[in-house]
Amino acid sequence: MYVAMQRIRRFEEAIAESSSAREFKGPTHLYIGQEAVAAGVCTALEKGDYVFGGHRSHGHYLAKGGSMRGLAAEIFVRETGCSKGRGGSMHLTAPEIGLLGTSALVGGGMGPGVGTALASVLLGRDHVTAIFFGDGAIEEGIFSESLNFASLKKLPVIFICENNLYASHLPLGVRQPQPELFKHAEPYGLPGLRIDGNDAVEVYRTAASAVERARAGEGPTMLECMTYRWRGHVGPSYDLEYDIRTREELDSWIARDPIERLAGRMAETGVMTEAERARIDTQVQDDVDDSMSFARKSPFPEVKDLLKYVYKD
Amino acid sequence: MSTRTSVRPQVAVRELDYGSAINEAFTQLLEGDETVLLIGQGLYSPWYVGSSMVALEKKFGTARVVDTPVSENGVTGIAIGAAMAGMHPVVIHPRMDFMVLATDQILNQAAKAHYMFGGAINVPMVVRGIINRGGEQAAQHSQALQSYYMHIPGLKVVMPSTAYDAKGLLISSVYDGNPVIYIDDRWLYSQRDPVPEELYTVPIGKGAVRRKGKHVTIVATSYMNVEALAAAVSLAEEGIEAEVIDPRTLKPLDEDLICDSVARTGHLVIADAAWRSCGAAAEIAAMVAERAFGALKAPIARVTLAEAPAPSSSPLEKAYYPWAADVVEAVRRTVHYS
Ligand SMILES: Cc1ncc(C[n+]2csc(CCOP(=O)(O)OP(=O)(O)O)c2C)c(N)n1
Ligand SMILES: [Mg+2]
Repeated sequence: MYVAMQRIRRFEEAIAESSSAREFKGPTHLYIGQEAVAAGVCTALEKGDYVFGGHRSHGHYLAKGGSMRGLAAEIFVRETGCSKGRGGSMHLTAPEIGLLGTSALVGGGMGPGVGTALASVLLGRDHVTAIFFGDGAIEEGIFSESLNFASLKKLPVIFICENNLYASHLPLGVRQPQPELFKHAEPYGLPGLRIDGNDAVEVYRTAASAVERARAGEGPTMLECMTYRWRGHVGPSYDLEYDIRTREELDSWIARDPIERLAGRMAETGVMTEAERARIDTQVQDDVDDSMSFARKSPFPEVKDLLKYVYKD
Repeated sequence: MSTRTSVRPQVAVRELDYGSAINEAFTQLLEGDETVLLIGQGLYSPWYVGSSMVALEKKFGTARVVDTPVSENGVTGIAIGAAMAGMHPVVIHPRMDFMVLATDQILNQAAKAHYMFGGAINVPMVVRGIINRGGEQAAQHSQALQSYYMHIPGLKVVMPSTAYDAKGLLISSVYDGNPVIYIDDRWLYSQRDPVPEELYTVPIGKGAVRRKGKHVTIVATSYMNVEALAAAVSLAEEGIEAEVIDPRTLKPLDEDLICDSVARTGHLVIADAAWRSCGAAAEIAAMVAERAFGALKAPIARVTLAEAPAPSSSPLEKAYYPWAADVVEAVRRTVHYS
């Protein structure tokens, strides 16, 4: 999990830099600060299990095992990107690891996510589907409709709400009257749990039992993971230049850095020495550098292929 | 030495950009009418809706300027109810792509009520859909869906291309009494125009001639007027005088204005930065083919998007969107048709 989290962190730091340098134009929603959620959940999944995400899904893609080169090249909108430069940062796909595609419309992946679970059951497959969504997605009708159906049919779904306290420029309190989001599960008859989304071990353990439950045919679970995005809603800035959130609030969450927390725990229990950590970090950085230079060197799609992929041949 | 003295206006005409003209319309509507309600996403956002909504909640409070949860369909339905109960809501969707989630309420409720209830109920609301395209934002953040709404009886669709019309059409839309889809394209926000300081209206259903010409009629919607006017300038250099018509309202369409022009020019090019099949350009072409077939000296030409979702990659984006050069090319094809 440490490696997975560090890969997300270092990768996105590099992306933040190249976004500032205008190496690509598309909007990127950075995941830095939330890494424990993607890493904890995906560690509890098998390769064939499905994951669905949204506009902020670099972390889900990497944690599930998507190619870093494919991700970098997609953000740089190159032909070698995971979506061939047609989708950009918000539209990632990696079917080989169960990531069928992320949607930039809030809540847009929830219906399709439940649908893959339905297919797994009908086709007699053993897969579980993990659907990542934000606190904002709770406000869309498709959230209720998806929970209801998944619970009704006892589908193997884990609904993972990453509650980072904001949707774009609006804090949760001005959008929802009731801040305990896990409670939305109850009326639909599925278990809802709130956990510390910055504690990778807790996320992993909780997700693992939800996965077990789902695979046993006992139905879906909803996890509310309390976390925080360090960067602003979109792009590399911290949104401190606006009257949206305070430096103190941001600092208090940086102090709860999920990566340092896990690393500290691993050091204490002797699972990872300083030297091992340094070696891992160097390896991760090498991978990040490699993916960025791969992206930079890759060609853009050719104009003659503008209409390619509109339909399957 | 010139014998003519240049005519200067007595009073300096106040100019505004497109986004500020919308903002001013909202300000004056909220000031003058307590039934006006602005509701939608991004209203308090520093980045969502450009200059068009800035500081309105500070002046008028968060009760009548409501930035909402991420609930497009619900919020639009709520505005419909408020309209039925005597308010004049304007629902703001910072991108037309998100407005699709509200299409159920727009199509099935707002558009139908007046007819379905035999005229007893009306829905005086505006749904403002913003086109925000380009910049590698890709397929779900770039759509221009005017034709979707044009298809529906009971809805009106306006697409102002100047700051003057942006303000005047917004005010007309609010007081039209029917659900009006008001579509503005962020690419227009830097357009500057003389804009009267007072509240005024631009009639729904009336187009405008942006440039006079006798060889070809170019009907351009929304931002495509900017490209069409640029095209007209370069066409003039090769001796082709293009008449540029901005319909301003797509439904109901100012058919007479377009047909009268085609009757004089005999050639028609339609530029609409949306998809071709069943698009606004298709509708205008069909209307002219029905009403002014005899005047046409060449096939009608359409300048539209490529028939694909918006690509992310910049080089593909450039090829995807229509530009002045595409309009020039289409005009040449029509005018030199034989
Ligand atoms: C249907 C839809 N409505 C509005 C938006 C604009 N939008 C993009 S991200 C976002 C906030 C989402 O917040 P949340 O679900 O909490 O995810 P987070 O950004 O915090 O990860 C909004 C409103 C959108 N992309 N799709
Ligand atoms: Mg959020």
